[in-house]
Amino acid sequence: MPDLGKYAAEVLLAYGVSLFILIGIVVLSWRQSQRTKRDLDAAEAQCNG
Amino acid sequence: MWEYANPKRFMGWTAPVLPWAFGLSAVCLTIGLIWGFFFTPVDFRQGSTVKIIYLHVPSALMAINAWVMMLMASLIWLVRRHHVSALAAKAAAPVGVAMTLIALATGAIWGQPMWGTYWAWDPRLTSFLILFLFYLGYMALWAAIEDPDTAADLTSVLCIVGSVFAFLSRYAVNFWNQGLHQGASLSLDKEKNVADVFYQPLLFAIGGFVILFFALVLLRTRTEIRKRRIGALQRREG
Repeated sequence: MPDLGKYAAEVLLAYGVSLFILIGIVVLSWRQSQRTKRDLDAAEAQCNG
Repeated sequence: MWEYANPKRFMGWTAPVLPWAFGLSAVCLTIGLIWGFFFTPVDFRQGSTVKIIYLHVPSALMAINAWVMMLMASLIWLVRRHHVSALAAKAAAPVGVAMTLIALATGAIWGQPMWGTYWAWDPRLTSFLILFLFYLGYMALWAAIEDPDTAADLTSVLCIVGSVFAFLSRYAVNFWNQGLHQGASLSLDKEKNVADVFYQPLLFAIGGFVILFFALVLLRTRTEIRKRRIGALQRREG
């Protein structure tokens, strides 16, 4: 861990918040994509069946 | 070029590109952020808060560029009625919100120790906040209108109007020589650019944010195309 001096809290908070938002948008997008894919497969199966 | 934007072709070429895009963005972000956080010196004036630059500059850049991408996609929709372009604009908005939120949050966290305040009604900060509100309004408008073509028309108009603030977010510092926010951190003029020791990891971080944006927009556009297909199937059944 580098020595962040008296601004350690600010730097760590900035990294924490940013990584939370970045990981959040990736996970949400991925989960939404998987859910929609399943729904489309089900809808197509219903149409074909 | 337009044939690649045909929904079926789009789904075909984006499937193999996505894992590479996500992988490359992860590599660039990991290099940029680890290099910047662990292996760069502290600034003689800003101390260790200079390390926030690796998050703030790329996210602010992408917050504006996401809107520019949405503007181009919206214009293509209005001129050519190309459905994938309208869906790509819709898909980009939540990613733009995330980028704007990171830029605003990291700017506020940096501002408290450096400026003595989390927020000031400075031209650049204010135009950035308005851009953030435009993002939210844009998403709300898509959600509020049932007919997708009408929603695409109206959101495209909103996107054109909001572009003023995307433009101001970038150039407000140059227009109004007042406020707290400094000029651009990156410049082709070596004298004005940040020092090389900060510049090199920053380039990796910017590359990571750009590629992540590209990957997320592709992924979310694919989702929007699938949603549109589900709607069509339900209408046919129902």
